[in-house]
Amino acid sequence: MIRTVPMIEARHLTKVFRDKKRGEVRAVDDVSFTCEPGRIYGLLGANGAGKTTTLRMLATLIAPSGGEAVVAGFGVATHPAEVRARVGFLAASTALYGRLTARETIAYFGQLHGLDDARIAARTAQLAEELGMGDFLDRRVDTFSTGMKQKTSIARTLVQDPDVLILDEPTLGLDVMAARGIVRFVRECRARGKTVIYSTHIMSEVEKLCDRVGIIHGGRLLAEGTLDELRERHGERDLEEIFVKVAGGEGVV
Amino acid sequence: MKLRDTLTVYRKELRDALRDRRTLVSMFLVPAVIMPAIFFLFGTATYQVVKSAQAQPPVVAVLGGMDSPAVKAALEVQPGLVVVPAPDDWRERIAGKRLRAVVEIPAGFEASLTEHAPAEVRIYHYEGEFKSGYAVGELRRFFTELRERTLARRLEERGLPAGFARPFDIRTENVAPPEKVGGNSFGGFIPYLLILLSFTGVIYPAIDLMAGEKERGTLETLLSSPASRLDIVLGKFLLVLTVSLTTVACSLLSMTVSLVVGGIAMIGSGRMAEQLSGAAKAGSALPSLDPLGLVGVVVLVLPLAVLFAAVALTISLFARTQKEAQTYLAPLVAVVILPAIAGVLPGVELDSTLALVPVLNVTLACKELVSGVWPWGQLALIFGSTCVYAGAALAWCVRMFGRESVLFRS
Ligand SMILES: Nc1ncnc2c1ncn2[C@@H]1O[C@H](COP(=O)(O)OP(=O)(O)OP(=O)(O)O)[C@@H](O)[C@H]1O
Ligand SMILES: [Mg+2]
Repeated sequence: MIRTVPMIEARHLTKVFRDKKRGEVRAVDDVSFTCEPGRIYGLLGANGAGKTTTLRMLATLIAPSGGEAVVAGFGVATHPAEVRARVGFLAASTALYGRLTARETIAYFGQLHGLDDARIAARTAQLAEELGMGDFLDRRVDTFSTGMKQKTSIARTLVQDPDVLILDEPTLGLDVMAARGIVRFVRECRARGKTVIYSTHIMSEVEKLCDRVGIIHGGRLLAEGTLDELRERHGERDLEEIFVKVAGGEGVV
Repeated sequence: MKLRDTLTVYRKELRDALRDRRTLVSMFLVPAVIMPAIFFLFGTATYQVVKSAQAQPPVVAVLGGMDSPAVKAALEVQPGLVVVPAPDDWRERIAGKRLRAVVEIPAGFEASLTEHAPAEVRIYHYEGEFKSGYAVGELRRFFTELRERTLARRLEERGLPAGFARPFDIRTENVAPPEKVGGNSFGGFIPYLLILLSFTGVIYPAIDLMAGEKERGTLETLLSSPASRLDIVLGKFLLVLTVSLTTVACSLLSMTVSLVVGGIAMIGSGRMAEQLSGAAKAGSALPSLDPLGLVGVVVLVLPLAVLFAAVALTISLFARTQKEAQTYLAPLVAVVILPAIAGVLPGVELDSTLALVPVLNVTLACKELVSGVWPWGQLALIFGSTCVYAGAALAWCVRMFGRESVLFRS
């Protein structure tokens, strides 16, 4: 296989929080991985593993305490604005402005990405079509169901047609049908050449979606590779078994 | 910094705010209700007191004076007083405000007038009570006139000129503009209200735009857009400032409307005070404002609103939830009210040191301005220092907004 330039590359990424009660917290500790263009990288970890912190560093929301990351060709520490312009970030705790309509929400982020009105209108129409938002596009968000909100969130993440998608537990709190819809949509994004980094604690989503998986626990990336590589290395078929083995064991890489 | 991004954020926040009932209430309804209410209360209350004192002469009683029938009779027909026989419990009645004052005519009073014997007329009253004070004034006037007449007669009997017992006159004359008199009481209250409203105006939007956005989880998304943090925070700041200034503008508008509609021409002329000449002193409690001074007040309130908006936004930024932000901002209302109250207290006068105390300085300056007094040097100092504080607060706000430990507190 010809080695391509990675779209996302984390090198020894580390984040230390200084917490009043707990003192120093190494939320992310020496995490390195790469994600090739057009691939989905799954970050699998339990609560408090460091997924959100890692993704926030990749999205330039917080600065790494150590190590570095390159996203879409730009260093997160050196060129944060360029990175943000090329990344669509969907936070786990994401929410929308209740008093805006879905269309206004999408337009707002389009404007923040410097798109002109014509382009915003075209993108809105396209995304509404793809996500099936036609009947609630002009309704205020505070009247939406969770699924409608998540669709709106995804639409505003994609408004600038980013090369890289950073999705932090995008199916959190959704019912089975809505979650399946999201998973299908992420797969379609990959088909269109987007690079996706996807954090979750749901094994089945990883199995369905991800080209490569990183198992993160206690801030450390304990295992990394394609699903097949991981299965082979740990002698288990079931991802959950692999996860428990890795997370329970000591620093198995 | 990209102006385009700042405006994008500003426009979105404006649209959001205009759809929010709570912002609308604090921006339009509060000023629209508070201003006429205050005017109505102050205006009519003062007017009523003065008018009723005139329409219903205070009830006074006479003690003694059996052997001074002429004086007693003259007193009974004195306009502006209702004289009743003194009841036994007259002291309690004064305390109970059923009797406004009691005058005690000493025994042999009329005789003493012709015999040149010293005599003392005593007036019992309720200190500080408006109607009692009015009654005392009337009684005092009556007896002063009697004394003058007696004196004139005595001088005439001895063939002495009228100036004999009065080598010179002492006259006091008010040279402060008539508005100045009002400025110290009611006039000082208007700018104080404007300052207070410019602060209460920032509280809700500041909480909503920072702590609220953090709590609801939209801030993280906003920060992941290419817009710089500077542009985002400036857009939000501009919105908070807009709400604050709109509140002030609405208050001014509502004030003007209530003045016009109320039909009380209080601005400038103090005409009402003149009409009520009988109780001219009470007129000082009537609102009288110099319209030009009000313009000066607004100019001073501008940088103050910037200061308030920046401080409130920063404090709200430190909070994780809206509730927490409220807890932080509520005591700040006191911080704003205290200097404002100190400013309207009589006796606290503007000087170069106080001109540097934020909020208090503007309050004191406003007191002068609405009285038509323009202490230019101090005004410059106040405007300048408030601008410096406002700039520093805004810089601090921008700095804190760039800090991830503040944005992502856990
Ligand atoms: N701003 C912060 N200050 C202090 N500690 C933090 C901060 N953010 C995260 N942490 C800590 O870092 C660790 C990793 O948190 P993180 O949110 O990255 O985990 P996560 O994998 O996303 O978990 P979850 O499944 O709960 O979302 C946790 O122990 C968390 O308490
Ligand atoms: Mg998380």
